[in-house]
Amino acid sequence: MMKTDVRKGLWISFFVLPGLLVVTLFILLPLFMSLFNSLFSWNQLLRGAFVGLENFRKIFSGYPYRERFLNALGNNAKWFLLTMLIQNTIGILFGYLLSRRLPGHGFFKRIFFIPVLFSIVAVGFLWGLYLKPTGLVNAALRLMGLGAYARAWLGQEEIATLSIIAVNIWRWVGFPSLVFLAAVDAVPADCLEAAYLDGVGEWTLFWRIVFPLIIPSVTVISVLTIIGSLNVFEQVYTMTGLDGSPNFSTDTIGTLFYRTAFGSVDSGNPEIGIGSAIGVIIYSLTFIASIVSIISTRSREVEL
Amino acid sequence: MSIKKILLIGIGLLVAATVFAAGGKDQSGASTAETSAQMKQAVVNFWTWRPEDVEGYDKLIAIFESQNPGIKIVQTAHKNTEYNTILSAALSGGSGPDVFQSRAYGGLETFAQSGYMEPLETWVPELKDFSPASRRGASSIKDGKIYGVPFASQTLFVYFNQAMYTKLGLKVPQTWDQFLANLQAMKAAGIQPLANGGKDGWTLEVLLGAIAPNFYGANDFFDAVVKGQTNFKDPRFVESIRKLGELKPFMPDLFMGTSYTDMQSSFINEQAGHFIGGSFEAGYFSKQNPDLKFDFFPGPAAKAGAPNYVSTYADGNFSMNPTSANKEEVAKFLRFLAGKTTGDLFINEFKQVSSVPGVDTSRSPFIAKVLQVQQYNTPYVFLVGFRYQQPTGSVLAQAALQGMMAGKLSAEEVCQQIQEGIASYYEPFRK
Repeated sequence: MMKTDVRKGLWISFFVLPGLLVVTLFILLPLFMSLFNSLFSWNQLLRGAFVGLENFRKIFSGYPYRERFLNALGNNAKWFLLTMLIQNTIGILFGYLLSRRLPGHGFFKRIFFIPVLFSIVAVGFLWGLYLKPTGLVNAALRLMGLGAYARAWLGQEEIATLSIIAVNIWRWVGFPSLVFLAAVDAVPADCLEAAYLDGVGEWTLFWRIVFPLIIPSVTVISVLTIIGSLNVFEQVYTMTGLDGSPNFSTDTIGTLFYRTAFGSVDSGNPEIGIGSAIGVIIYSLTFIASIVSIISTRSREVEL
Repeated sequence: MSIKKILLIGIGLLVAATVFAAGGKDQSGASTAETSAQMKQAVVNFWTWRPEDVEGYDKLIAIFESQNPGIKIVQTAHKNTEYNTILSAALSGGSGPDVFQSRAYGGLETFAQSGYMEPLETWVPELKDFSPASRRGASSIKDGKIYGVPFASQTLFVYFNQAMYTKLGLKVPQTWDQFLANLQAMKAAGIQPLANGGKDGWTLEVLLGAIAPNFYGANDFFDAVVKGQTNFKDPRFVESIRKLGELKPFMPDLFMGTSYTDMQSSFINEQAGHFIGGSFEAGYFSKQNPDLKFDFFPGPAAKAGAPNYVSTYADGNFSMNPTSANKEEVAKFLRFLAGKTTGDLFINEFKQVSSVPGVDTSRSPFIAKVLQVQQYNTPYVFLVGFRYQQPTGSVLAQAALQGMMAGKLSAEEVCQQIQEGIASYYEPFRK
């Protein structure tokens, strides 16, 4: 009995070890390295004296770090709110409509999902072209006689972040749509039939019966949205650049982190200590969001 | 049954591959042993951030190798925007190149003070003949030692389309008012007067470098502000920033969305009459459109008869890795890079203003003219003086200028932001 247990244990570790090694080497180690680095002062690229939480203090209270950090965090919040409100609402709508098996639903299911498969860099680059002052979007507006609404979509402070978020919604909306479609399809048919027999309208059917039953998917998508919004980087990097241009209006904690840790060729030098500290903060925020989500999903599962 | 077969074949292939690979290794080992027996060749790894110049450097390396048969230079070019990250990772990991292109000023300081660069005064005696301005870009402000062989200087000025000037009968402007009149004339003729826009903040800093010195008092102001005798709220500096705003009516429609590449393509395709930029553009302009007839003039003066100042800066250097195993050979290569052959190649091949003293510019009228307008030169203010600590003058100026060009900030507010940002660390401003 003991012998087989040991054998089993050895076999399990044999299979787990390679994965564990990769995770340790490429995820855990860098994580602790950045935590370690964030506790030191840095002289250019060399680690200096241990300074405890000084780098964190600077981010939360020192000029100009505090201003930049809060500005970036505010933009992440904007990303979260708009993605949650617009992308996920459209996602539920699409998912529900697709589940109704309207004519052409198979075609639309694929169309909605295709942009999800595109490389984010290619999407950023192409939409960067479309959103130029002389690009496709403004040309289309002018063609429709709406030339007065032509804008420097990525160059105007008020709308630059909104433009990037809109592009990201275009790219990603297929994902929540499919998740919600699967969830709605999983709603037991007898529930729906019973409701139809009682003469319930489509609106009440959705809100009273379907929506409560797809809450777990809503939670999953919300959690992914929170994590995605905290980690926004490539979208901004490819469309307005590392500097969060114009005038920091598209800066996110991702671009702020990169710029601070590695420096920006055209304007600044690296500050590894502060950069690492920002990295640790991003990690902590994501970690907290994940924990909260796991707990809340579990409790929902019990309810159901 | 079939799974067993597949496994067997797989193992067979694996064994075969290992055997062949080992055989290959043996062979290559033998061949290097042979060559090293024939002649002891030192390999020097050389990194640049110029993938577009690989061929040019190959020519240079070929000349050097024919003069120095014992040395082999291996060139690697990295993408400009990723160069610093890759280089610092390689150097700190101990796998850096023996000799590499290095940034000037604050970018040099980062590497020099991290101990990733060898001081070069004794290795490369030619450095003492270089101009003080170019040596400044290769020296650490902390210890004053020279850590690189400067390769080129850049100058900021105003390009114009010669054909358009001829067609409209315009004359090269000497003063700001004449410049604005020319822009107005182009606008009236239905031509886009100015290619510049504001999407990429650094192009606005270039705009400042080309135009502002003639209003803030060039070197007088620069020397005073570096010493802390005045600051960026100086009325002369505020006025120079305000002048940049006067260019807004001549910029393209929705210019805050106009990126650097948009600016380049509109000037290259003769859709815009002026392009405010740096001497580094000329090579690209003529390569993209060989028929484009363009010339340039220095930033217009505030008053008639006053000298026309241009901002200049050192572009970069060649530096030595202090942990290189072949320092002697690297030094030979660096001395070659500090010599006339390299200088001539920079001028004739790259169309860059070589920092090598006394190079022959007779074959390049463009560079001869750049050197001529440099007689009234002033350091490119934020890069030369204020890019050593965060927030750098460049970061502050680029963002604030975007705010001003978009109509969100006044010239006073721009200067206020720059001043406050730099004063957060710059000792002479804190007294």
